[in-house]
Amino acid sequence: MSSTPTNAGTGKRNQSRRRFLLELGRSTTGVTLLSLGIGLYSQQSASMPTRAIRPPGALDESEFAAACIRCGLCVRACPFDTLDLARLGDGVTTGTPYFTARDIPCEMCDDIPCVAACPSGALSPELEDIDKARMGLAVLLDQENCLNFQGLRCDVCYSVCPAINEAITLEHIPNTRTGKHAKFIPTVHADACTGCGKCEYACVLEEAAIKVLPLRLAKGELGHHYRWGWEEKENAGSSLVTPDGEHRYNLPSGKRYDFAGEGLLESGE
Amino acid sequence: MKHSPFPGYEAIRRKGWLAAHKWLLLRRFSQLSIMALFLVGPLLGVWIVTGNLSSSLTLETLPLTDPYLILQSLAAGHIPQGTALVGGLIVVLFYFVVGGRVFCSWVCPVNLLTDLAFWLRERLGLRSASSLPRYTRYLLLLATLVIAFASGGIAWELVNPVSMFHRGIIFGTGLAWLILLAVFFYDLLVSRRGWCGHLCPVGAFYSLLGTHSLLRVRADARASCDDCMDCYLVCPEQQVLRPALKSADNSPVINSPNCTNCGRCIDVCSLDVFHFGVRFDHSNSSRPVTNQTASPSSGV
Repeated sequence: MSSTPTNAGTGKRNQSRRRFLLELGRSTTGVTLLSLGIGLYSQQSASMPTRAIRPPGALDESEFAAACIRCGLCVRACPFDTLDLARLGDGVTTGTPYFTARDIPCEMCDDIPCVAACPSGALSPELEDIDKARMGLAVLLDQENCLNFQGLRCDVCYSVCPAINEAITLEHIPNTRTGKHAKFIPTVHADACTGCGKCEYACVLEEAAIKVLPLRLAKGELGHHYRWGWEEKENAGSSLVTPDGEHRYNLPSGKRYDFAGEGLLESGE
Repeated sequence: MKHSPFPGYEAIRRKGWLAAHKWLLLRRFSQLSIMALFLVGPLLGVWIVTGNLSSSLTLETLPLTDPYLILQSLAAGHIPQGTALVGGLIVVLFYFVVGGRVFCSWVCPVNLLTDLAFWLRERLGLRSASSLPRYTRYLLLLATLVIAFASGGIAWELVNPVSMFHRGIIFGTGLAWLILLAVFFYDLLVSRRGWCGHLCPVGAFYSLLGTHSLLRVRADARASCDDCMDCYLVCPEQQVLRPALKSADNSPVINSPNCTNCGRCIDVCSLDVFHFGVRFDHSNSSRPVTNQTASPSSGV
């Protein structure tokens, strides 16, 4: 306000332009900083904790972040209180639905009420058969503590599986500890496991030996060029690469192999 | 006009306490009963409204969805399926008629918090010299859409105090109270009407929605204004009053999309300058009405 009367108009104009630019600069800086923070935070929060499982029909995590409008209608629709809406600090993107199998697993309702309740398609309406849900994949992680792996007949994960004999089967292997029994190994099959988490929930150990993992963690993926030789052979009728020769053992020197069950032996034995 | 001890003093003296708080009370009733409708489900098992302000289902038939969320979802690259689009359309039409920022003053739970901060700020006589310009909210609105587009997710919802507060009350808060505390103290100590009046992109979105809304506060009886300034002191968006109230060339309709239709100016005006009406300025027919409302004897 120190302008002389002659240039008072220009001075005032300059001053108001100056103030406008200053304000614009301040607000733009503030908004940019805040946006940067939110953007980085959103990248961080894109990684789900492995214990958290999305409801049936959930889109891939990257699409889910764009589709889920965080209303909680799926949580309300769940008749078993399985689903929870993530709170700030839970580690799961705030306001999105998830469940923890060890607390309450998915009961796999036939009418999939959570999917029916979803207003945005984040839980895809294309999932009409709950058996086709792929919430995750059960993996028997801890063979050292799993009772069946010790030769005991716990079988609980197998017994509670809603897709028993399809998603989990018991495979026999010899029990070398006793030398005369079989071990019944719970074996998960990805083509039938929905990731409902009932096996993890029911595991009798203090900490479950079998756990539902996100598919990205649980599953490997073949190289796209890779082919199983025996399948190709069956399809083609004969070996595609080298003709099958007579099989020869290539044992280390001084070893022989006993087919009666003794296994690898020193030549002299 | 002598200076009154507090805004609305003169109105209470002339109209009585109840009439001088009519719209404020109705507004609080609206805010609390909307909250109650959402809460009787989880608390008492009576499911009238399910979900939250982001998206809800009333009586298992009426879907309502926040159109701002749909917009962010679209920006992030997802086209909503299911009832969200219908629900969003209903909400858009509703606010198109009653005024977008009616959401802010009649529905949003954060308004209770920021009104409390404002009240406390006035009571304690706190002043601050600086605040961000009011258009910052539009920059932030734009930024939330840019972040959604860039990150491929509805990133604003990670920090949005509005949905976090409402969701928190219904589904459990977690650490969301920290963000709400930040909003409260920002409004109390840093900036007058800082959150709702300057920053909130949700309010900014709803203001755009109500740019041409039908329901407006009108200052038809502006001729009887005695410059007591009470309306300015209570208005959360003071800048919207002057064009309608003080410039004779302008229409007496408060046309700014940032008027929240809270009606507090109607309450505190002892001379009944303001009333709710429609946006159309039919000067010929409005004049007689003006004279009626201007007479101090007529009730509200």
